[in-house]
Amino acid sequence: MSEEKAAPASGTILVVGGGISGLTTALEAAEVGYEVFLVEKNPYLGGRVAQLNQYFPKLCPPTCGLEINFRRIKDNPKIQVLTMAEVERVEGKPGDYTVAVKVHPRYVNENCTCCGACAEACRTEIPSEFDFGMKTVKAAYLPFAMAFPARYVIDPRILGTEDAARVKEACRYDAVDLEMQPKSLRLNVGAVVWATGWVPYDAKKIDNLGFGRHKNILTNMMMERLAAHNGPTAGAIVRPSDGKPPASVAFVQCAGSRDENHLAYCSYICCMASLKQATYVREKCPEAEIYIFYIDLRAPGYRYERFYDRIKQDPRVHFIKGKVAKVSEDPKTGDLTVVAENAVTGEKIEQTVGLVVLATGMQPTASVHKPPAAVRTTPEGFILNAPEAGLFAAGCAAKPADVVSSNQNATGMALKAIQTVVRR
Amino acid sequence: MNKKIGVYICQGCGIAEALDIEKLSAVASDEGYAVKTSPVLCGREGVAMLKAEVASGVNTLVIAACSPRVLHDTFRFDGCIVERVNLREHVVWSHPRSVWPAPTEEQKDDESFIDHVQMMASDYLKMGLAKVEKIQLPEPYRLETLSRRILVIGGGLTGITAALEAARAGYEVVVVEKEAALGGHARSWRKQLPLGYPYDKPAAPVLAEKLRELEAEPRITVRTNTVVARIAGQPGDFTVTFKKPGEQIEFDVPYPLPPELRVDENGKELEADQLLERYKEYNKGKVDILTFDPHGEKFGAVVLAAGWRPYRPAEGEFAHLGFGTLPDVVTNEQFEELAARGKITRPSDGREAKSVVFVQSPGPEGDRDFPYAASVTSLVALKQATYVREDYADGKAYILYQHMRTPGLTENFYKAVQQDPGVFLTKARVTRVAGNGKGLVVEAEDTLLGQPVQIPADLVVLATGMVPATKDDPVINLAYRQGPGFRDNALFDDYADSNYICFPYETQRTGIYAAGGVRRSMSAEEAMEDATGAALKAIQCLESVHRGVSVHPRSGDMSFPDFFFQRCTQCKRCTQECPFGALDDDERGTPKPNPTRCRRCGTCMGACPERIINFANYSIDSVSSMVKAIKVPSTDDFDEPPLRILGLVCENDAYPALDIAALNRLSWNADVRFIPVRCLGSVNVIWIKDALSQGMDGVFLMGCKHGDDYQCHFVKGSELAEIRVKKIGEALASLALEVERVAQFQVAIDEYDKIPQMIQDFVGTIEGLGPNPFKGF
Repeated sequence: MSEEKAAPASGTILVVGGGISGLTTALEAAEVGYEVFLVEKNPYLGGRVAQLNQYFPKLCPPTCGLEINFRRIKDNPKIQVLTMAEVERVEGKPGDYTVAVKVHPRYVNENCTCCGACAEACRTEIPSEFDFGMKTVKAAYLPFAMAFPARYVIDPRILGTEDAARVKEACRYDAVDLEMQPKSLRLNVGAVVWATGWVPYDAKKIDNLGFGRHKNILTNMMMERLAAHNGPTAGAIVRPSDGKPPASVAFVQCAGSRDENHLAYCSYICCMASLKQATYVREKCPEAEIYIFYIDLRAPGYRYERFYDRIKQDPRVHFIKGKVAKVSEDPKTGDLTVVAENAVTGEKIEQTVGLVVLATGMQPTASVHKPPAAVRTTPEGFILNAPEAGLFAAGCAAKPADVVSSNQNATGMALKAIQTVVRR
Repeated sequence: MNKKIGVYICQGCGIAEALDIEKLSAVASDEGYAVKTSPVLCGREGVAMLKAEVASGVNTLVIAACSPRVLHDTFRFDGCIVERVNLREHVVWSHPRSVWPAPTEEQKDDESFIDHVQMMASDYLKMGLAKVEKIQLPEPYRLETLSRRILVIGGGLTGITAALEAARAGYEVVVVEKEAALGGHARSWRKQLPLGYPYDKPAAPVLAEKLRELEAEPRITVRTNTVVARIAGQPGDFTVTFKKPGEQIEFDVPYPLPPELRVDENGKELEADQLLERYKEYNKGKVDILTFDPHGEKFGAVVLAAGWRPYRPAEGEFAHLGFGTLPDVVTNEQFEELAARGKITRPSDGREAKSVVFVQSPGPEGDRDFPYAASVTSLVALKQATYVREDYADGKAYILYQHMRTPGLTENFYKAVQQDPGVFLTKARVTRVAGNGKGLVVEAEDTLLGQPVQIPADLVVLATGMVPATKDDPVINLAYRQGPGFRDNALFDDYADSNYICFPYETQRTGIYAAGGVRRSMSAEEAMEDATGAALKAIQCLESVHRGVSVHPRSGDMSFPDFFFQRCTQCKRCTQECPFGALDDDERGTPKPNPTRCRRCGTCMGACPERIINFANYSIDSVSSMVKAIKVPSTDDFDEPPLRILGLVCENDAYPALDIAALNRLSWNADVRFIPVRCLGSVNVIWIKDALSQGMDGVFLMGCKHGDDYQCHFVKGSELAEIRVKKIGEALASLALEVERVAQFQVAIDEYDKIPQMIQDFVGTIEGLGPNPFKGF
C-alpha cells in the first residue's frame, strides 16, 4: 500500500551568489526537485574558495568539492546558471517576486572551446583581480584552469583597440562577439536566498600595520594566491620586494577584526587560516621561523584542535599572545619589524621578519553593495533572514563562518526557501 | 535497447591538425559503424547534424571530440547513450606533434614508422566503441512502496526544530524522545546562549515557544518515553521498531561479532558456519535483520538529533582541580542546573556563591580546553558569569581561559560581558584548586597580570564539554549486517559527523542525517540551524528515492548494482566492503542488495572475485572490453614495439587533473591508455589481469589520498584498491610477472602538474623490467 503523497509543489528559487554557499543552496534545493536560478556576478562560480590554495584542517584542495558540485550542476536540468549577472531589483511578495537581472557582456559566446588562441593573440595585460593584482593576465583570459563555466572572458578595456581585432581574428570558432550587449532579464521566483559572501577587509585602512606602504606585507588572501601553484609565482612563497624566500614570517592575527576602529566582530576563520598558512610556509621554506601574534587562538572543535596541536609541535613556530601595535620597514633590506607586547610576560617584542601576513577579516559584500531588495541588514552589513518575506541569507552573507558552517547554513536555507515556495 | 550506433568525429580544437581523420574514421567504419565528421561538432551545424541523427533513430552516439567534462549540455540527448571519446585533452592537447611527430609524406606508407599520437587516438576510439556495445541505459529503481514520513530521533531543541522545518515543507514527521518530556538539555537552562543578532546577551529560553509551535503543527506526532529498537530496510522504506527505554524485545538490533569472538583460541578466524553459530548465540533472543517487524512503522528518512550528555570526568581526572573531592567544584552543566533552580548557592553548605571562578582550560600544562568543548564552553562561561552578576549586586565572576573562543558575531557577547566591571577575565594556566577554610582558592600562573594569582572562590566551575550520544550507543540501531551504528565515527571522536568540509551532511549511511550536539559540539542556535539542514537532506533523500535516483555525490545516477546470484560463492566481500552498508547477507552469506542505500560507487563490483556484480552502464565486461580493445603492438608489428600501459583513473580527481594538465599543455608519456572509473574501489583485479594477459606492460591506478583525512567520497575506495593491488602482486609473482608492473598513485585534483612525472617514473620502472613476456601470445 503506497503512502505516496503529491510530489513537491513547483516553484522557483533564486540564489544570488555562486560561491560555495550559493552553490550549496542551489544544488540542495534543485536536488529536492525545485527549479533554481543561480546568479553570479563573476565570470566563474566558486567565489572566494576558488581563490584558496587549500582548506583547513584537511589541507585539501577546494577544487575537489567544486568539481563535484559542478558535475551536479551539469547533471541537473533544474538549475540555470547565469554568470556575469547582477540582481538589479527585487519586487513583489513571497511566492511571487519579479527580479530584474542584468547580464554583463562576456564578449565571448557559447562557441568558445577554451582553446586559448585569443589569449595568445592578445597583447594587452591587465592586473589579475583573482590574484589580488599580484600578477597580470591577458585581457582575453580564462579566470582559472578549472573555471566553470569553461569559457574565456574579454575585458572591456580593449574594446575598440587593435588588440580586440587581433583577438577576434584569432578565434576560429566565431566565439568572440565584440558587439555583445548587456542583457536585461526578468525572473519570476518564489523566494530569494542571498549568498553574496564577503570581501576581504581593506588592509590599507589599518594604518599602523603598513599594508600598501611596505612591500613585504601580504594579506591572508594574498598568501593563499601566493601558495597556490596556479598563482603568481607557481606556488613559491617569496617576498614581493626581491623574489627571495623569507627566512622568517610573522602572522598578525585580528588585523582589523575585533577592533572598534575597523571590524568589531571576529572574522571566524583567520586563526585557522594562519595555522594552515604556517603549513604552507613550512613546506616551501623548511627552515623559516614562524611567529604568530594572536589575541585568542580560535581553533574550536575536535578537528581544529588536533590541527592546532600539530602546528604547536613545530619547534620553529612561535605563538605570542599580543596584539601587534605596529609594523615598520627597513627600506634597505625590505625586512619588517613587528612590535607587540607579550600580554603574559609583559615584555615588549620587536620581531624582525622577512615577510608579514596580515590575517585580515571578512566584510560582508552586502555592506559594500547593498542588496536591491527589502532586506534587513545589521549595521555591519550582514543580511538577516526574513522568513515572512521569503528572503534569506546563506553563508558569510549572514555571518562570518568557515566553509563547513557556511554549507550547513546554506543547506538549511535551501529548506527555508522551499518552505516559502510550498506555502504559496 | 536496440542500439543504433553513430560515430561522430570532431575536427576542431586542433584535432584535425594533429590526426589523420580519414584513418581514424576507418577504424570505426571498417568495423561497420556509420561515421560522420564535422569541422566543429559543438557549433550550430554540428549540433544540428547530431540532432538530425537522433531524430532519424540513432540512439547511441560515440562522440570523439573534447572531454566529457565540457559541453555537457551540447552533447546531451535524452534517451540516448552518449559516449565521449576524449581526443582533445587526452590525445591532441597533451601530445603535441612537435614532440611526437606525424609521419611525413614518405613515411606515411612506411609500416615501421610509429605514429604514437595516431595510435592513441585509434585506441581510444576503439575503446569507446567497445564500451557502447556493452552498456545499457539504466532504468531507475523504483520502490514498490515509498514512505515520505520522516523520523526524528531526539526531542531536544535540535529534534524539535528538524521536525518543524520538515513539517513546514509539507512532510509528516514523528519525533521520538527517550525521556518522559521533550526538551533535552534546554529544560535545565536558566537562559540560553545568544540566538541571533546582536548576540550581545543571553537569550530567554525558547523551549516553551518551540513546544507550542510543535503542538500547533498537525503533521508532527510526538512519542516520549520511546527509543528506536531497530531501523530496518532502506531509505524510502525503513521499517522502524520502537520500544520503551531499557526494554528488551525480540526486535532489538543484532550486533556483529566483536573481533575477539571471530577467532578460535589460537587466534585463527573461524569457518563461516562456526561464525554463524556464534553470531546467533551472541544475538540470542533477537530476530535476524532480514526479518521485518510486522508491527514496525514505515519511514522514508531519518534525522538523528540525539544530542549529547555532559562529560563525566573519570576517577581522579582533574584531581588537581578538586573535582570529585571538593563539593563546590562543579561542571558547567551542574552549575546551570543550580542556576536554573534559583539564586546560585554552594552545594556544600547552601551559602550564597558570590565569588565564582570559571576554569576554561584544565591545565596544569598546555592550553587545551576541556574535552569536547569546542567554542561552546567559552560562550557558556560568559553566560554563567552574567548569572552571578544577576544574582548578587556584589557578585564577582572570574573567567580564567587560555583562549576565549567566541568566533564570528558571538564576539559581541564577549565584548558586552567584558564591559561588566564585576566580571574579570584573564588568560591563565590554572595549576590548582584547593580548599581554603570554608571556601576555595584557585591558583594560576602565566596570567595577563604579569604574576601568579590566587583567587578566593565560593564556587569553581569547570568548563567541561558535550559528549555526543553516539559515544555511548549507536542510537540509530540499523538492522544492517555491518552493524547498528555509523561505521567510522571513531575518526570523529564518536560524533556522528561527516569527513567532508564541503558536504557536512554526507554520512556513511544513506537516508540518515545527523544534526546538533550529536554531530559536533555547538550552541543551540547552531544546532537549530543544523537541524534545518539535516531536514532538507532527509527530504532530498526521499524525493531522490521517489525518482529512483542516487543521492550525492552521484546525484541523479539511475544505475544500481545488479547481482548474478547463481554464481555467488558467499565470500561476503561485497557485504563487508560496501562503504554504506548497502548489502545485508542471509544465513548462507548470499548478499541482499538494498538499492536505495546504495551510492552507486561500485566498490562491490570491485570486490567480487566471481565478478557477478555489474551496473547497466558500468560493468566488469564493459571495462574489460575497453582494455581488450587496446591494440598492444608486438614484435610482429615493429622491431621495437612501444610499451602499452593501462591507467585506471578515478573520475572524481585524477581524470579532471588530467584534463587540466592538458589544458595547460602539459604532456605525458604516449604509451599510456586511461580508463576512467567511478572510484578506485570499483576496480576489479580482473581488469588488471586482462591488461597483463594481453601483453600490456604495466598497469597503474590513480586516485585520491586515503587515511584519516580521506578525500574519497566512497570512504575507502583508494585504500581498498591498494589492498587488492597488493594481493594481486602474489598472483603476478606466480606467473613470473614482476609485482612492480602494477602500482597505485595518489593524486589530488589540483596536483595536475605532478602527473606527467608520476607517469614517466612508472614508465621508467617498466622500461627497466622490460616488455611483458606474454606480449604477442
